[in-house]
Amino acid sequence: MIGLSLWKTVQLGISSLLLHKLRSFLTTLGVLFGVASVVAMLAVGEGASEKAQAQLRELGSRNVILRSIKPKQDNVSEEETRVLAYGLKRTDFDRIDETYPGVVRTVPVLTSPQEVRVSDLLCRPKVLCTTPEFLKVSGRIMADGHFLSQQDEASRSLVTVLGYDVARFLFPFERAVGQTVRIGEHYFEVIGVLVPRGPLGATASNPSSEAGGEVYVPLSTGRAYFGERQVTVRSGTFDIQEVQLHEIIVQAERDVDVPFVAAACRAMLSREHEDKDYEVMVPLELIMREKETQRIFNIVLGSIAGISLLVGGIGIMNVMLATVTERTREIGIRRALGARRRHIITQFLVETTVLSGCGGLLGVALGLLIPWIIERTADLQTVVSPIAAVLAFGISVLIGMIFGLYPAWRAAHMDPVEALRHE
Amino acid sequence: MSDRPGDVVADLQNVGRVYRMGSELVHALRDFTFQFRSGEYWAIMGSSGSGKSTLLNLLGCIDRPTSGTYSVRGQEISGLNDNQLSVLRGRELGFIFQSYNLIPQLNVIDNILVPVVYQDDPIPNAKERAVELAERVGLQGRLDHRPSQLSGGQQQRVAIARSLINDPAMILADEATGNLDSKTAEEILELFDELHASGKTILLVTHEQEVGDRAQHLLRLKDGLIHEVRLAGEPAREEASA
Ligand SMILES: Nc1ncnc2c1ncn2[C@@H]1O[C@H](COP(=O)(O)OP(=O)(O)OP(=O)(O)O)[C@@H](O)[C@H]1O
Ligand SMILES: [Mg+2]
Repeated sequence: MIGLSLWKTVQLGISSLLLHKLRSFLTTLGVLFGVASVVAMLAVGEGASEKAQAQLRELGSRNVILRSIKPKQDNVSEEETRVLAYGLKRTDFDRIDETYPGVVRTVPVLTSPQEVRVSDLLCRPKVLCTTPEFLKVSGRIMADGHFLSQQDEASRSLVTVLGYDVARFLFPFERAVGQTVRIGEHYFEVIGVLVPRGPLGATASNPSSEAGGEVYVPLSTGRAYFGERQVTVRSGTFDIQEVQLHEIIVQAERDVDVPFVAAACRAMLSREHEDKDYEVMVPLELIMREKETQRIFNIVLGSIAGISLLVGGIGIMNVMLATVTERTREIGIRRALGARRRHIITQFLVETTVLSGCGGLLGVALGLLIPWIIERTADLQTVVSPIAAVLAFGISVLIGMIFGLYPAWRAAHMDPVEALRHE
Repeated sequence: MSDRPGDVVADLQNVGRVYRMGSELVHALRDFTFQFRSGEYWAIMGSSGSGKSTLLNLLGCIDRPTSGTYSVRGQEISGLNDNQLSVLRGRELGFIFQSYNLIPQLNVIDNILVPVVYQDDPIPNAKERAVELAERVGLQGRLDHRPSQLSGGQQQRVAIARSLINDPAMILADEATGNLDSKTAEEILELFDELHASGKTILLVTHEQEVGDRAQHLLRLKDGLIHEVRLAGEPAREEASA
């Protein structure tokens, strides 16, 4: 039996479109670029947000991080030696640690610029003097050995935990745990090595360069052996900074407690500090802000894509109107031979949809190619979601249907006699 | 269904067709009452503008009368909507045009099949029938050709095969030989003779007296009125004069 199957109509549409290959191709360009930009920009945006979210997750979504910052100096003294005391105080730490509801852990961090050596290997990692609970709030994982203990803290032990990169640099061929390293002027026993940050294999820092990597020692040990003063020599002048704590990591019990903990910390610090010599970082807020930014980005992107798809759709409609006029006679013939209006509508609608669908397919292909090129040339992470590709293609098909409707309607409502007389 | 010879297939009662040209009314067809019967082969003649095409369009249901009634095989068309009229066209009427009017994207067989695909319950074995018809009108070996690859005569043969595919009540041909040289025209007319001999009902509009004379009967129009009816074997009978 020979009916008018959809497949037959699609075939007919394709063969009609192939009669004017260049015109058909040019007509699809609008939709093609619209769809390609949707897919590509979503991939780039998704990649950026995924990276940002991963970074923030590493900071801990339940954490509120207080940091010392050097206040702006108005009157730069010309003295040879300056002592600049600023930042978070031990008393700040005690207040939060003792009294705040909703806080499960409070971890102090003092950093000290020290050289770390093993025989003739030297590196300058960040030396973090902190308490055993650091491991829990940071979410870091031990690769070998164990982290600093309460015992180490209480007895000011000369023990250290190395970051993965530092361990690999100082002990390239042997197990680091059990070895001795020299930090500053003192010798420390390595008791543990941490798993690297981020995905395995992706080395974030390079300890063989001037500074990089991390080394952990008990806070009590750090205070006793390195002190709170940091001396830097800069163009002949001694620059002495005195900071009691560089960082206080406050961990809330639940995510919902984070805003209150953050507010309490901010209130307390602004009360206790005359200068703005601290900052409060709330990863959860950053995540929210990141999401908001992402949302705005998506809106802007969606509008741009929407406009280009709209323009593409209008282009298609324009060409289809011309096609309908051009094929007036064919329409007359088909009507005379028994085609009902809906047959004519279907024929032109299918043709438009095939046209925009082809544009959509090519657009998706181009949209997948662009992130691929970006990843290889611009060192940007991209994430192509199949849903975005399918959605963009679906939209292109929809565009064809919407913008094909009017030309098809025009075709179907021609007077057969007039249509047959058309030259 | 098929008609017995002599059954009325097209019944026009007081049919009028008026065109409006600005404020002027053009009476292309006036108070036209006539019946075409099954198996008849009519030539419709008349000077230019006499209403031949208007009549054929009405008979072919691609146009509706502005007054009077028209029935095809007893079916009054004024009660039919656009869809029903389309179905009727495809099923009961076969069109042959002066300029062939094939669909350029389709090959010979698919062109012949166009009236079939629009029917809700198409005839069985349509493809075989299309091949059969194509061969009957002399298109052997051309079944895969596109219209652009065929001569005018061959294209008109495709159109004839197409007009026959649904076995319609009548075949309407408007100047079917008008674009062809006399030799090719003769071949087409021979085809019509064959069709007539096999019992088909044919209405052929023509300008040429020889073509008109070949037909069984002749209907001459003048200013939208019947001017002359000449039945086979009878002398000419004047109907009206303007
Ligand atoms: N769409 C139309 N609008 C206005 N007047 C029309 C229209 N179609 C036909 N007419 C008029 O109706 C009359 C009959 O036209 P028709 O086309 O039937 O003539 P015809 O006999 O086929 O002529 P020809 O031999 O030139 O084809 C003419 O006067 C013509 O001008
Ligand atoms: Mg005419």
